Amino acid sequence: MIPGTFEYHRPKSVAEAAKLLRKSKDGRVLAGGHSLLPMMKLRMTEPSALIDLGAIAALRGIKKTGTKLVIGAMTTQHELLASALVAKNLPILHETAILIADPQVRYVGTIGGNVANGDPGNDMPAVMMALDATYKIAGPTKARVVKARAFYKGSYETALKAGEIVTAIEIPVPGKHGFAYEKLKRKVGDYATAAAAVLITLKAGKIAACAIALTNLAPTPLLAEAAAAALVGRAPDDAAISAAVAAARKIMDPANDTRGTPAYRKSVGGIYVERAIKRAIARAAG
Amino acid sequence: MSKTHVKFKLNGAAAEGMCEPRTLLVHFIRENLSITGTHIGCETTHCGACTVDLNGKSVKSCTLLAVQAQGADVVTIEGMANADGTLGALQEGFRQMHGLQCGYCTPGMIVRAHRLLKENPKPTDEEIRFGIAGNLCRCTGYQNIVKAIQHAAAKLRGEEYLEAAE
Repeated sequence: MIPGTFEYHRPKSVAEAAKLLRKSKDGRVLAGGHSLLPMMKLRMTEPSALIDLGAIAALRGIKKTGTKLVIGAMTTQHELLASALVAKNLPILHETAILIADPQVRYVGTIGGNVANGDPGNDMPAVMMALDATYKIAGPTKARVVKARAFYKGSYETALKAGEIVTAIEIPVPGKHGFAYEKLKRKVGDYATAAAAVLITLKAGKIAACAIALTNLAPTPLLAEAAAAALVGRAPDDAAISAAVAAARKIMDPANDTRGTPAYRKSVGGIYVERAIKRAIARAAG
Repeated sequence: MSKTHVKFKLNGAAAEGMCEPRTLLVHFIRENLSITGTHIGCETTHCGACTVDLNGKSVKSCTLLAVQAQGADVVTIEGMANADGTLGALQEGFRQMHGLQCGYCTPGMIVRAHRLLKENPKPTDEEIRFGIAGNLCRCTGYQNIVKAIQHAAAKLRGEEYLEAAE
């Protein structure tokens, strides 16, 4: 299978990329390409131009500025996994990245592509919602920022406007916390049948703060606010966890596809939320 | 659609050709350059038969454009033999431990294992299985592939391979 014809550009700067994107009729930016190229082979998308971001050095790298970790959009999953800065500050990113696809795909697949693609099966969006990350966006006229929690509008629909490019992800580094990303998949390399990201802070034996987000259990990643609220202020016991799981299940609206029926996916979705909460609590206490 | 001049290093030697931007790297290597050791399996990023080493990373060459390899350092199965033409450690390992039956997945397996052993010269069996998770084999059940890679790892470390008791 070969994609349809397109013009190929390999700009050296974000400004040049934005200009090329604006000039093209329906061009797309190419990051790792491991979602886009398969879609192009299937003619599910037929962009007239590809603007390859691979040569833009400014889009790579991970750095800590103050209380935030800033990750360039073209940073690969492999680079995330190799980063001591990520291991120390945001270990949930390691736990998530290692579950994405397979080694070859992780060498090429980028965090920017993962968060900006808008596929409900991508893993990083829910994690970014749980972490309350902010996406830095370059555009044809001016740069702007959008919160991960306000970015996802529908399946493959995001807050990105025509001509805009996600350039970096800014994540507030949480203090001492417990975390977990629990993902059910049919085989290595598959997207989630259901997955949950959980961050928990304990104080004096009670849950002081909590964020829960869900992957592939609705047309967009979901921030499970009521589920988190069911835990905050309570002791981390079975009753509180059951209430949180029930609240999370209530907002799930999974697709009926080859990964299972909605009823099945809501059932296992709840189980994976429960597992993630329990593991996050154990880590927060440890 | 106009063609682009693509040039990169292939198994240590300069390689070049003209292709459309939509030409996949695996097609460019096999059809333009006539280096056919790299196999096309699923062509959908799943099977790993088309794995090549690109700038020190294992990649699936069915999901990269040839133009993306411009200026890169590419190594395929043809680059796995020793300089004198004898079998490289991984090739020898696959031969000794019967790491293949039909052999279709083998070029991808060996090129992937090459990078895996560069990054982790003394892997556990589990680390090997995790490291080759992007390569599918429908013949062997992987047992002998893991042994073949351990055989090569031992040889590269200058040790004798001792098969673990089953």
